[in-house]
Amino acid sequence: MALKVPADLEKEIDKRITHYPESKRSAVLPVLHEVQSHFGYISEDAVVWVAKKLELEPIRVLEVVTFYPGFRQKPVGKHHIRVCRTLSCAMAGSAELMEEFCKKAKIDRSKVSHHDPIAVSEDGQYSIEFAECLAGCGTGPVCMINDDFHEEVGTDKLEEILKNCD
Amino acid sequence: MAKVKYIAGKEPHAKEHRMIFRNVDREGWDTSLATYQKEGGYKQLAKALKMEPKAVQEEVKAAGLRGRGGAGFPTGVKWGFVPPNNTKPVYLICNADESEPGTFKDRYIIHQDPHQLIEGLIISAYAVGAHLAYIYIREEFPEGAQILETAIEEARKQKFLGKNVCGTGFELEIYVHRGAGAYICGEETGLIESLEGKRPYPRIKPPYFPAAMGLYLCPTIVNNVESLCHVKHIIDMGADAYGKLGTPRNTGTRILCVSGDVKKPGYYEIQVGKVTMGELINDMCGGMKEGRKLKAVIPGGSSSKILRADEKFTLKQGDKDVEIGIEDIPMDFDSLMACGSMAGSGGVIVIDDSRAISWVLNNLNTFYAHESCGQCTPCREGSAWMKKITDRIVSGNASPEDVDTLESVAYNIDGKTICAFGEACSWPTEAMVAKFRDELIGDTDGKNAKRPVSKETQEAAKNLKSLTT
Repeated sequence: MALKVPADLEKEIDKRITHYPESKRSAVLPVLHEVQSHFGYISEDAVVWVAKKLELEPIRVLEVVTFYPGFRQKPVGKHHIRVCRTLSCAMAGSAELMEEFCKKAKIDRSKVSHHDPIAVSEDGQYSIEFAECLAGCGTGPVCMINDDFHEEVGTDKLEEILKNCD
Repeated sequence: MAKVKYIAGKEPHAKEHRMIFRNVDREGWDTSLATYQKEGGYKQLAKALKMEPKAVQEEVKAAGLRGRGGAGFPTGVKWGFVPPNNTKPVYLICNADESEPGTFKDRYIIHQDPHQLIEGLIISAYAVGAHLAYIYIREEFPEGAQILETAIEEARKQKFLGKNVCGTGFELEIYVHRGAGAYICGEETGLIESLEGKRPYPRIKPPYFPAAMGLYLCPTIVNNVESLCHVKHIIDMGADAYGKLGTPRNTGTRILCVSGDVKKPGYYEIQVGKVTMGELINDMCGGMKEGRKLKAVIPGGSSSKILRADEKFTLKQGDKDVEIGIEDIPMDFDSLMACGSMAGSGGVIVIDDSRAISWVLNNLNTFYAHESCGQCTPCREGSAWMKKITDRIVSGNASPEDVDTLESVAYNIDGKTICAFGEACSWPTEAMVAKFRDELIGDTDGKNAKRPVSKETQEAAKNLKSLTT
């Protein structure tokens, strides 16, 4: 089934492509970001659509999607949580943070990994993964929920953070 | 327009010298062009545009600015590598992929003072003759990307960008390009591949030195966010005055990002080399946490070699060799190199006596195993094995010989790969095994276990054991 791209999204994508006068291929990442932020993930149909848009073979798009941890091939929860796992945040307690997030968001902790697979709660509200250094080492542990960055996330703050998501 | 959240108690420390971070956490400051111009913003651009591009380059060279991204290579010299007979377009890329664990300085420049970066970028583009520049920003800064795009739009409206910059006929466009969460994109040739829309497999040098064959095989200069900001201040102060900041060969200021087991982690902008490690940790960061002692420091981002608290180092002072301890190391490029480590990206990770080195190393090895791009076999396989072996050590399922195996894997990556990720991933292991060998061996049987072991590590170690026994 072909991907249905709304006109305003396509307009934004066309604008992004103009930023690369030398090579349309350079627009692969920005176009994929637009697609992912609209659809939530990058489906096979989306790969084909982007390839056609940029006059590339689909494999040239797929190889990019599978390489970068910033792109997902499956849907995530309405609120996608990324907990920093790297040293400074780990020293500040990001492992405990992950445990508590899973409990509060009702996510099966044993399904949590680095990006693949991404664990999603049964109601589809929340999903969670470990991310590598989010560049907030001075105020760890840090996490991102969708596009929002949260610092010094003590386990006591979780209830409020999750409530404010909605 | 993003308002800066002013945080009380985050006032600069007396030993700081705020230049790049002058407006960070500053009351009443915001990211708008109007606010930036109120304090003389874009005046340095006008000044630079009156100079010859070559003269701007010479000024930066004379100021002795060294790249703040990690390698510490002189920025002006790098600019000079564009071939003199070049007829192709020249590109300038701002590396805002900030992803070295322990480093978080660029985040604040981008989120709180975007016009400083853009002004530095325009001046630098003028100096190297670029008419198209990209800011390659990591995907995890979505708000930062928006702030930069708004700032660029404002600058374009005021004719600081576009076909006729400030009426001088100089043409420049800047676009923001978002990465997608890969550490390797901070490596300049990997970044270029990524900007071309490919997997970010680094290119081999020679022949692919970016200044000669970079983006679309055209001359390309890649500079770190902080380095580009410094260019503006060099034009402002002049090379002579700028060169008086810091110490000879290590000029200017730099932002140190401190994290880990200190009372007040955070960012501290110092004159390079004018503050010692001891002053940084004990005065500026308020010392170690209550009841804890310093065990080790990773001084320049996670890849830099660890320094033990009780180590002795030999530094040249004048003609004499002087023996010093860790607290006396001046925080500059040359001193840290002489101590066997590096100033790197300025990310200082402080480790106290409650931490097991096996746990620290395992955490970093997990990072590198995840981030290896997979292009070169020694790194792809080696980084994964270093993680597996430290999984075993940290969970107490290893044998003492595993420490030797770990070390030999590291030395078989270092120097055998296309890009510097090979060194970056093997240095932590090389240094921690060399300096904490007894502790690591003591940890192998799990009897000394006092460190938290994550569920993933326990699982991984169990699976590994069943494969080998």
